[in-house]
Amino acid sequence: MRYLLLLLLCCGPVTAQSEPKAASIIKKVDENMSSDSRVTESQMIIHGRRKSRTVSSTGYSEGYEKSFTEYLSPAREKGTKMLKLDDRLWIYSPATDRVIQLSGHMLRQSVMGSDLSYEDMMENRKLTEMYHVKIAGEETINGRLTWILELDAKVADVPYVKRKMWIDQERFVPLKEDLFAKSGQLLKRVTMEDIAQIGGRWYPRKMNYKDMLKDGKGTDFIVSKIEFNAPISEHLFSKAVLKK
Amino acid sequence: MIKFLLKGVLGDKNRSLLPIIIISIGVALTVLLSGYIRGAMGDIINQNARFDTGHVKIMTRAYAENKSQIPNDLAFLGVDSLINELRISHSNMTWVKRIRFGGIIDIPDDKGETKGQGPASGMAIELFNTNSGEIQRMNILSSLVQGTLPKQAGEALIGQEFVDKLGLKIGDKVTYFGSTMNGSMAFKNFTITGSVRFGTPALDKGAIIIDISDAQTMLDMEDGAGEILGFESDEIYDDEKALALTEMFNAKFVNNTDEFAPVMLRLKDQNNLAGYLDYVDVYSAMFVTIFVIVMSIVLWNTGLLGGLRRYQEFGIRLALGESKGHIYRTLIYEATLIGIIGSIVGTAIGLGGTYYLQLVGIDIGKYLENATMLMPSVIRAQVTPELFYIGFIPGLFAMVFGTMLSGIGIYKRQTAALFKELEV
Repeated sequence: MRYLLLLLLCCGPVTAQSEPKAASIIKKVDENMSSDSRVTESQMIIHGRRKSRTVSSTGYSEGYEKSFTEYLSPAREKGTKMLKLDDRLWIYSPATDRVIQLSGHMLRQSVMGSDLSYEDMMENRKLTEMYHVKIAGEETINGRLTWILELDAKVADVPYVKRKMWIDQERFVPLKEDLFAKSGQLLKRVTMEDIAQIGGRWYPRKMNYKDMLKDGKGTDFIVSKIEFNAPISEHLFSKAVLKK
Repeated sequence: MIKFLLKGVLGDKNRSLLPIIIISIGVALTVLLSGYIRGAMGDIINQNARFDTGHVKIMTRAYAENKSQIPNDLAFLGVDSLINELRISHSNMTWVKRIRFGGIIDIPDDKGETKGQGPASGMAIELFNTNSGEIQRMNILSSLVQGTLPKQAGEALIGQEFVDKLGLKIGDKVTYFGSTMNGSMAFKNFTITGSVRFGTPALDKGAIIIDISDAQTMLDMEDGAGEILGFESDEIYDDEKALALTEMFNAKFVNNTDEFAPVMLRLKDQNNLAGYLDYVDVYSAMFVTIFVIVMSIVLWNTGLLGGLRRYQEFGIRLALGESKGHIYRTLIYEATLIGIIGSIVGTAIGLGGTYYLQLVGIDIGKYLENATMLMPSVIRAQVTPELFYIGFIPGLFAMVFGTMLSGIGIYKRQTAALFKELEV
């Protein structure tokens, strides 16, 4: 009993210290990864079983409620536009001149055959708003020392109920992330590379999304240009922009 | 001898009426049940063959592994040359290409924005190629609820359920939204020319039927197809032929390690049909066996009663010098005659019932609302040549076996005690 009390006394302060530390880590991660608004030019390299293809796009987002993406290439995708407002998504197809609305479970479908879902594409919410976090350990990835953080959802409307993140201890940027379903099944693995300092913050310029329920090499999401907290015209977040 | 026995059987109603009634009822049930099972199985096999499995189906190995997910990214490319080869090497069969696809059917409002949506379960067939026989094979004309067949690119048939649910009219435009073979977004507008109802919930739910050329363009599958289906020229499935063809075809690619090499499956190897067919065979055999045992026990009992009633007759015949074996044999002959009469009557009744169920059928639609298996919602019996004789097996066997058991008592009679017994 004495030993148990001693153990509790020893462990108590450590746990109590771990939570604020984890919270401060994730806050710094948010400062790197999230922004009030952003404009991104990106390429998505989708590795299929027969061939790989690259889809280029420009994305604009404001908070996590508003997002607009215009696809630039290849020719088949050129002119396709996506607008997300809250939990609704509209897709414009120039070939049919139609605006199609998606909602609910459709947002979990793959974007253009990639390993990213519409939800993944448009996620820009701060982790501190969505998850409770604790430190689960340390590990070295590609020569960089990381904290392993375990995140449990504190709000209902999150795409992944649990996450595990490997955070660079010096740059406060994730190097690897596992995304889990409520059942505990690993759904996706994201690995981050080419960490660069952009606008005073560390940010991964290459991310590989791997749907763990599918075979293959996953999808590379490459950020060729990103601008944080850039002013974006409100006009881009209206349905009128889709057919233009 | 037979004429003599027949006179006895027909003349003495007490001797024959009850066994004939029992045999008739049993045989009628056997014929009716066999006809119904065969009809149902025939319908299911036919439905699967026409809409899904073909008599044989060729896919890429990778597609076949995941075929329930309709993985068009793993479909055939260069399908026309393969079909041409098949048409030369197996000219006795009809070869057609098909593409199945999933996605969403979106109904626009006046502004071109989403008014309604539903999940699509699409099938692209050789609609415009009249030599393919697909329209007849899939009974599309008789399944048309309203409108006409598509005649040109950009036209589609749609399930009547869709029409009812989304308030569509013939001539309305709908947009298909899904994924191409390469995973890109696929959008295409279609004009609805007609609506169909196949009577199979798994087909009717979200059905959209288009020509394969439209699907190839829409899904980036130029010269591609998910499946090549082969049908016997008489459209009747022959498992032995299909097995031989499948083994011969697959042997050609046995050393090919390409995951996109073709693989042929016969009908029985798809949709768990082999297990299903075996299951039905086992249950049919079990039913006939149980029927024979139960009827034999009943007829044994009837024979015993008859034996008691004819106790005196047998005694007199034995006293007159007729051998026990002869009496026993005449009883068996009698039983054979009764069995034949009962089987004829039972078969006639059973065939009548089967024919009625062939015309009317039994509607099981409400039990199939969420079924994914291809089953018709009205299951009909089928009068087949087999039904004209199948009832004779249990009918005759049960009667003869029952009589053989009850007749053993004849051998227990003591000739020395006969006169004493006959004094009574």
